[in-house]
Amino acid sequence: MKVSGIVVKFGNNVDTDVILPGKYLALMNPHDLAKHALEGLDPTFPGKAKKGIIVVGGSNFGCGSSREQAPLALKYSGVKSVVAESFARIFFRNAINIGLPVVECKGISTAVENGDELAVDFDTGEVRNVSKGRILRGTKLPVFILEILSDGGLIENLQRRVIKK
Amino acid sequence: MNVTEKILAKASGKNKVQPGDIVDANVDLVMVHDLTGPLAVEAFKRIGTARVWDNNKIAIILDHQVPAESVKAAELHKMLRAFAKEQGIRLYDVGRGGICHQVLPEKGHVLPGTVIVGADSHTCTHGALGAFATGIGSTEAAAVFATGKIWLKVPETIKANVEGKFKLYVTPKDLILSIIGRVGADGATYKAVEFTGSSIRDMTMAGRMTLCNMSVEMGAKNGVVEPDETTYKFLKGRTDKPYEALKSDAEAKYEKVFEFNVSKLEPTVACPSSVDKVKPASELGNVTIEQAFIGSCTNGRIEDLRLAAQVMKGQTVKDGVRALVIPASQEVYRQALDEGLVEIFTDAGALVCGSACGPCLGGHIGLLAAGETCVSTSNRNFIGRMGSTQANVYLASPATVAASALTGRITDPREVEAKKQ
Repeated sequence: MKVSGIVVKFGNNVDTDVILPGKYLALMNPHDLAKHALEGLDPTFPGKAKKGIIVVGGSNFGCGSSREQAPLALKYSGVKSVVAESFARIFFRNAINIGLPVVECKGISTAVENGDELAVDFDTGEVRNVSKGRILRGTKLPVFILEILSDGGLIENLQRRVIKK
Repeated sequence: MNVTEKILAKASGKNKVQPGDIVDANVDLVMVHDLTGPLAVEAFKRIGTARVWDNNKIAIILDHQVPAESVKAAELHKMLRAFAKEQGIRLYDVGRGGICHQVLPEKGHVLPGTVIVGADSHTCTHGALGAFATGIGSTEAAAVFATGKIWLKVPETIKANVEGKFKLYVTPKDLILSIIGRVGADGATYKAVEFTGSSIRDMTMAGRMTLCNMSVEMGAKNGVVEPDETTYKFLKGRTDKPYEALKSDAEAKYEKVFEFNVSKLEPTVACPSSVDKVKPASELGNVTIEQAFIGSCTNGRIEDLRLAAQVMKGQTVKDGVRALVIPASQEVYRQALDEGLVEIFTDAGALVCGSACGPCLGGHIGLLAAGETCVSTSNRNFIGRMGSTQANVYLASPATVAASALTGRITDPREVEAKKQ
């Protein structure tokens, strides 16, 4: 599984309250959530994400609440993947469960700039800065997680694995 | 093995596990609330199984936007009630429960040695009773509804050993803020934090819940306290279910050990907008406030309200400050009435609201305008957490928040106490 896109970069400790503020949690349509993606840090973000981007974060990306609406808002705004130095664990699981590929990659925050083109190979963990011709090694995801991602999320994975067995 | 490893081994039918192992654990309890439940129900319906795996092991609690603050919220509550009825799931409705992390232990759902997952990040609170408890998302909760299982990586464990006796008006909240200040907002990411030592043994269940509750604010997967007589006493009369009190072996392994002594600890405050930006209250300088909030799953228990009332008794909330007090559950509310605490708060000019999460998550009741500052007993001070992205939130203990409500600036509670005498 591979994705590529232009980088929009953020710093450390990007929390779920800035990714999707609490006042929007009652919105059930993911396209409505997407209109408020990362509103707490950059109200113009949904416009930037529309064309299909890769978010690059520092350490502890997605810390805070368990709200799955946070990765949902990112995914439906046009984010193809999040690559960060490290993730908060609930956000990491939630992203995979809703089919938003995420990869941990040490050194990413200094190796890319806003506007660079990034190509991520989730099967190998390779993160390539196409613009700068630089290759970084991200953490390779276990096979069962790659399967969840390639199925499109945990529910789709369960439908295939458990129900239709 | 330590207590976290023992619980995960037991839940996955293994004799031994070690950090890094991925286990398929049987879940003893899964909880969703009104903001995570609707997505979980939708996801469950998409899986295609008609019935949940075990309706006695699921709880739905309405606490975030209650009573319904909008038609949208009312529709979501209605949907959850219908799902609970259809599946025979226990739902704690408006006026019958309160904040999920208070209601679950209060109503006997939390047992030592069990695995608890909840679609709320502060599910780690329940480690205070010697359970393995962690937060998950809605989709994962739906998967547990269907299968009763969850994959978990056995975490490394950090031991936080706490000795000494608290001074007057210094509380477990000050301790956990100082621990987070030292470990860092991501210092325990993916890890278990086990609280040990004589201070923990002397601590009430309420204090232990405050510590475990905020473990997630240093990134932890779970916070845990070994069960003891205090735990068994708390459980008495709340449950008649059998449980196994699992404890850490003497030779249990820990990734790191942090030593703390509370004897010299001062009232502590976390400054905007990160929980690890901590300072002693006395060193803050003049931070004026517009709102003071006492409540939440961190500090809305009867012990917290008693402490706040002790500070506020016979005093008046400063002009220009809104003081909100929200008991964590109906049971706590009733107890606060019986003990005369509600009278103390209302006489002081504070508003006592019905049990709910309140302003903590900025969804409902007591939001902040741009440029306003709130000192709060809750657990997060992120940008925009309690309303406007231009507002500031400081986190502190119930004693510090009560004292600050009286002076109109963030205040060491001992300063107010000294003036009373």
